[in-house]
Amino acid sequence: MDLSMKWLSDYVDIGDMTIKDYCSGLTLSGSKVERYDTEGSEISKVVVGKLLSVVPHENSDHLVICSVDVGAEAPIQIVTGAKNVKAGDIVPVALDGSTLPNGVKIKKGKLRGVESNGMLCSLGELGLTTHDFPYAIADGIFLIEQEEGCPELKLGMDIREAIGLNDTTVEFEITSNRPDCMSVLGLAKETAATFDLPMNYKKPVFKGVDGDIGSMLSVKISNTELCSRYCAGVVRNVKIGPSPRWMRERLRASGVRPINNFVDITNYVMLEYGHPMHAFDIRFIEGNSIDIRSAKNGEKITTLDGVERTLTDNMLVIADSRKPVAVAGVMGGEYSGIMDDTVDVVFEAACFDGASVRTTAKALGMRTDASSRFEKGLDPRMCEPALNRAFELVELLGCGEVVRTTIDVSNGADTQRSAPFDPVWINNFLGTDLYEEEMIKYLNKLDFTVKDGRAYAPAYRIDIECKADIAEEIARLYGYNNIEKTVIRGVAQASVAPEQKFRTKLLNASASLGFDEIVTYSFISPKNFDKIRLPESSPLRNTVTITNPLGEDTSVMRTTLLPSMLQVLSTNYNNRNESAKLFEAAREYLPCGRELPEEPERIVFGCYGADYDFYALKGAVEELFEVLGIEDVDYEPCTDDSIFGEFHAFHPGRCAIVTKDGKPLGIFGELHPKTAENYGINAKVYAAKLNVPEMMSEAISFKTYKPLPKFPAATRDLAVVVDDTVPAAHIEKAIKSAVGNILESVKLFDVYKGKQIAEGKKSVAYSIVMRSHDGTLTDEQADNAMKKVLKKLSELGAEIRS
Amino acid sequence: MKEQLEKIRQDALQQIESCGDLKILDDLRVKYLGKKGELTAILKQMGGLSAEERPLVGQLANQVRSDLEEKLTNRISSLKADLEEKRLKDEALDVTLPGKKTELGKLHPLTVVMNEVKEIFLGMGFEVVDGPEVETDHYCFEALNMPPHHPARDTQDTFYINDNVLLRTQTSSVQIRTMENRKPPIRIISPGRVYRSDAIDATHSPIFHQIEGLVIDKGITLGDLFGTLELLMKKLYGNDTKIRLRPHHFPYTEPSAEVDLQCFNCGGKGCPMCKGEGYVELLGSGMVHPKVLEGCGIDPEVYSGFAFGIGLERITMGRFNITDMRMLYENDERFLNQF
Repeated sequence: MDLSMKWLSDYVDIGDMTIKDYCSGLTLSGSKVERYDTEGSEISKVVVGKLLSVVPHENSDHLVICSVDVGAEAPIQIVTGAKNVKAGDIVPVALDGSTLPNGVKIKKGKLRGVESNGMLCSLGELGLTTHDFPYAIADGIFLIEQEEGCPELKLGMDIREAIGLNDTTVEFEITSNRPDCMSVLGLAKETAATFDLPMNYKKPVFKGVDGDIGSMLSVKISNTELCSRYCAGVVRNVKIGPSPRWMRERLRASGVRPINNFVDITNYVMLEYGHPMHAFDIRFIEGNSIDIRSAKNGEKITTLDGVERTLTDNMLVIADSRKPVAVAGVMGGEYSGIMDDTVDVVFEAACFDGASVRTTAKALGMRTDASSRFEKGLDPRMCEPALNRAFELVELLGCGEVVRTTIDVSNGADTQRSAPFDPVWINNFLGTDLYEEEMIKYLNKLDFTVKDGRAYAPAYRIDIECKADIAEEIARLYGYNNIEKTVIRGVAQASVAPEQKFRTKLLNASASLGFDEIVTYSFISPKNFDKIRLPESSPLRNTVTITNPLGEDTSVMRTTLLPSMLQVLSTNYNNRNESAKLFEAAREYLPCGRELPEEPERIVFGCYGADYDFYALKGAVEELFEVLGIEDVDYEPCTDDSIFGEFHAFHPGRCAIVTKDGKPLGIFGELHPKTAENYGINAKVYAAKLNVPEMMSEAISFKTYKPLPKFPAATRDLAVVVDDTVPAAHIEKAIKSAVGNILESVKLFDVYKGKQIAEGKKSVAYSIVMRSHDGTLTDEQADNAMKKVLKKLSELGAEIRS
Repeated sequence: MKEQLEKIRQDALQQIESCGDLKILDDLRVKYLGKKGELTAILKQMGGLSAEERPLVGQLANQVRSDLEEKLTNRISSLKADLEEKRLKDEALDVTLPGKKTELGKLHPLTVVMNEVKEIFLGMGFEVVDGPEVETDHYCFEALNMPPHHPARDTQDTFYINDNVLLRTQTSSVQIRTMENRKPPIRIISPGRVYRSDAIDATHSPIFHQIEGLVIDKGITLGDLFGTLELLMKKLYGNDTKIRLRPHHFPYTEPSAEVDLQCFNCGGKGCPMCKGEGYVELLGSGMVHPKVLEGCGIDPEVYSGFAFGIGLERITMGRFNITDMRMLYENDERFLNQF
């Protein structure tokens, strides 16, 4: 809402308060000021001048030389190319060194050899249009006329003062509960209450002429649910023309374009009272009857903006006996609007259901000044003063005869809003210690009345519902910043859920392993599923899909964290970072047949760079499990039936699954070169994805101390030859089970293929450490264990290496 | 013989003195003092001496031996000391060369600040609670006093999955779930991702993070809300931090307040950073609306409470002087490594 300070001064005199203090005061009482702006602030040294003579330029056909009286001792000479000037004209003169809007600077100079000491200005050069000055022309010098009721033009006068281009506009951010503040009167009330100033408001009155309104117009509300009140009146023998300058100035300062006196009056009343109005040409209301009814499906109307709209039956229209003439609360019809030859005008001030107006405006794609007010819910009691104000203005402008009697159809609902007024409760709620009288004083300033333990709101305050609302009114006038800041009493048990503790540990451990944390969007492009090589049938392609995404790139909720990681790796690669080791812990969104999807937490690691390989990644995964207290996990080559749909993205021979007691915890490995290529990375890329809740349920949350060994260990080295296809994990498992509880550790120290080893075989060597907690192991015990190991290994086809 | 011994002494002492090599010193030891050395050779001739001369020469020989041994020992230790000194000198490093770094990874700046905020609230007795990001209309809007077609819904442009399911626009949804499931006293924060259909630019992102707080108990006041927020801001930004409280409107709180932070750059005078206002908008808050409490089965006549919501991106950017929100989501390793 843009507030004209000139307009405000009709209702409240803020004296010599600075604009900054004004803005800060209103901001702190709840009407947030976004900014303020003084009209013409870019204009300097532009004055009113009179052309004394206009003579042709010797060296030019299109230039003329003017002698201009600018109120100085001697006239100045200005050369202009304008065609519309003659001696005697009053014009805006930009003097040497003057400034104009958009940073234009005017300096004296010579035009075709003749000195020119400034410039005569057009409307455009002053930042104005013919809407602001209808008597002027757009392409030519602005020939200023002395308008009625305006300050007398004097030569040399600052142009801003002379043409009223000196209002200050304050832009407010008005919250949706206060449509009343989308008006001059509403903000004037707030101003008066905030600064404790008197409010100068008079009920609008008009004299009117006799006439039988009933014979001119009939009004019926068919849909009383969506229209609570409809007031209408008629103005006869109207004189359509421009509005007076003061009205045009105020409209302009409020960001509304002046059109003609009747359209301007409806806009003026809307801006002043906050209640939208509409004006019809009675000639186009067929049957002279108005019906406020639901539209019929498929019914059409061409609105004032010239667009034909197709209506549906949940929209409310103002209709004559045959057709809709306006979409209620949104926009009028093109053919029933005010034209230059209009004779009799119907003014409408009505009240429509907010939600209905909002839905209609949205469906038709036209949010208007009217709809943005109605949608917040206006009070039907505001219809009458608005209509009366319009009539008052018609008479003030002398542009028509107001028929004294008006039509007022109402569904009769009582809209008086009130809430309990309980000073003790209010003090307890706010943490204040105010006297009841003080509270009442604040409420009265806001036009509330207090009676029998209730506070009654003025008609325009549609937001008052409960006693907390009353408390807020008191708090904001008392001043939020004057309320003593206290500490919450009572005891509370702060606690961190085990999931969060685990997550923190996981994040810290991941960072300790040298990975940087990333944060990426939860939605991705479905194209990623192709890029990570998922088959058409992959369950990961079953997504939670956004119906109104910003674009395809952000249209589905990710079912796997992998693509986001690859995108970030790709960004880093393209930014020429030599290497990157990254991780992200976030949710995946998996449709599960219920209303809401599952949102399991996952962690994904990704890296590329010279010195990284599969076993470096595996080492990181192993260390992570160790730090998190997840023991005895198994690593298996990934197979085609893996529950991790992402396996298609990986190198088929370099991808592993981590399991614990057969339960899958994660997948990791080197990516398929095609996957890396699809993300434009010309390097080996490694990635891991681990399931966080599954990991957590396997983690030992409380580790217990194991005593340090008292007895020496027995170490045996063992080298066996097995088929190349036997996974090392199987050999290790066999050793573990054979040695039993005296086993302390098994460590692989060599894998060899080549000379001396048969084709298709490999030699693997382990160092096996055994220890007993009951005494020193004898050689016999150790040797026995090794015999068992060899026996067990022979089941895998292993032979001792000779 | 005496002369021979004196000569040996003189020669040996001189040779030892002038020798600068441990190996040659050892050779000298063998040459003079070894079993086949010159001194031994002379002693072997002692048999040919008279009884009077023998003890004198023997004494002299022993004297020469011990002199030479002492000289040798001294010379060796001095040489060793010299050598060590030289070695240490040679081993001197350019300590200004760069160290061999063990690269730790870094947590994302959003996590860093999120952890800080969580810690502050844990210290104030708050519990951290999670909830779903894909939400129903009920938890995101309806239960928060925003029925369908409520104009305030316009201020939170929403991504929809279907008519009834959406991406939460605020983590207040978690507050409703909490209030529905447990009895006061409640003191929680709900941090997490939220979604609004804003185009991406330097200050907007369709995904951002919120930390919402909720306190419900008997006798909770607006003053408590303001006190809590001031404490939070002082802990986050230092004790000199000044906040400004401003009436505002949210459908789910009444009264509602916006909290502005006095601009660090200009100290409240107004500068380009705060757009001349002297204050920077920081968070929204208020007393939980009685309708919201009622809807969750909490009697507003018995209990009151407050709620607030902080945008994590905003405070993170302020904290690290990050001027473009997109940096947070681009995840360039050179950016991530700075935190």
